[in-house]
Amino acid sequence: MSNIPADLQYTRSHEWLRTMADGSIEVGISDHAQHALGDLVFIEVPEVGRELAAGEACAVVESVKAASDVYAPVAGTVVAVNAQLAGAPQLVNQDPYGAGWILRLRPNGDPGQLLSAADYATLATD
Amino acid sequence: MALRTPLYELHVALGARMVDFGGWDMPVAYGSQIEEHHAVRRAAGVFDVSHMCILDLRGARARPFLRYLLANDVQRLTLPGQALYSCMLNESGGVIDDLIVYFFEESCFRLVVNAGTRDKDLAWISSLAGAFDLHLHERRDLAMLAVQGPEARERLASLLPAEHRDAALALAAFVGAQFGDWFVARTGYTGEDGFEVMLPVSQAAELWRQLNELGVMSCGLGARDTLRLEAGMNLYGSDMDELTDPLESGLAWTVAFDPPERNFVGRDALEARRARGVERKLIGLLLTERAVMRSHQRVVVADVGEGEITSGSFSPTLSQSIALARVPAATGAAVQVDVRGRLLPARVVKPPFVRRGKTLIET
Repeated sequence: MSNIPADLQYTRSHEWLRTMADGSIEVGISDHAQHALGDLVFIEVPEVGRELAAGEACAVVESVKAASDVYAPVAGTVVAVNAQLAGAPQLVNQDPYGAGWILRLRPNGDPGQLLSAADYATLATD
Repeated sequence: MALRTPLYELHVALGARMVDFGGWDMPVAYGSQIEEHHAVRRAAGVFDVSHMCILDLRGARARPFLRYLLANDVQRLTLPGQALYSCMLNESGGVIDDLIVYFFEESCFRLVVNAGTRDKDLAWISSLAGAFDLHLHERRDLAMLAVQGPEARERLASLLPAEHRDAALALAAFVGAQFGDWFVARTGYTGEDGFEVMLPVSQAAELWRQLNELGVMSCGLGARDTLRLEAGMNLYGSDMDELTDPLESGLAWTVAFDPPERNFVGRDALEARRARGVERKLIGLLLTERAVMRSHQRVVVADVGEGEITSGSFSPTLSQSIALARVPAATGAAVQVDVRGRLLPARVVKPPFVRRGKTLIET
């Protein structure tokens, strides 16, 4: 069974979101997603300052077997990216909700289509 | 329902991620596929290859039949237990399958063919065997484990009865022998030393567990694919198929044109093509950018034309992407690959990329 923390929100495309104390939103991919992709080898992150629309492809997670886009779960501006991932992509496999975070956004209004942990659990077991 | 090998329950119990592979429910990895890959390059790993099809061919005319059926020449097999890699071609020179053939005795040879091609292989072999009065017996009573890596032979040999250990360790490359119920051969598909073991289905799970206890890591098809690609070994259905011939698949070395009087299926077509000049070739590619080449991606060769990646992956040993690609014969030292919409430069290299734990190309 994959790990789906109850305090996070999720998307149908397997990203998770965490609202930070300063109002920014941290984004990564779910445990279910990293498990399905297998060992990650390259992570391509967006430039800080880039404006993203909700649903826009903004990062690439590439495993031994496949490349997969990561989509912005909400509209906003990229305020930080996880620089650790360039040298240690396996952090996404090892700690998808912690050290394996991918980017932080400052949201600009459009909340996108988000799922609760319970709803995502239904989707991720299909 | 998907087919299952005799080790299916064991794979599930070991926590493997199971995927469909040519109709078989197979383990792709037990944990990290990259760790499994490194285990085989540095120590030892065990793979379930029981989905492959073992065929025993019996009859007084087995050898003449195989000399007609296969592009490589079983006349090269003179000592019992010797193995030979060969393509099995159609009349147009296209590859129906690639296989290993073992010589047991004049009236008995063993073929190991791919799982995904089993049905058509059996139909093809049977259709040609009629005139040779042969008996073809599929050995579903046997499981097959590949134990691979620099420590693999020692580990496996330690599980044989004491009187067989020295003989097993003395087997030369590409030779096998029967030790009690087990047929043990020094063959594999990883570029490392090791054994492939064919043994009664009922003994397979026990052997696997014993190997695990000796530190041999359970390895899935994911690691098997990156290992064989680093070793520059073709995968049937990706790097060659019925629409390509061995000459344009890096497999000319497996076609025995000598002696010229030996007639084999596909010979005329291959000779005609060889005389005309082969138009395409299979090459190795190395990418320096942080991206991964994948099969079917377009290869652009400046002033020459285009080709296609046939197998591409991340190489765990090199930490960069490697690939096999079919390109125009005039392709030189550099190409570009269309990786997700970006044309990235790639260097042409001669496979294998890695063998016996050593990187063989300049990175």
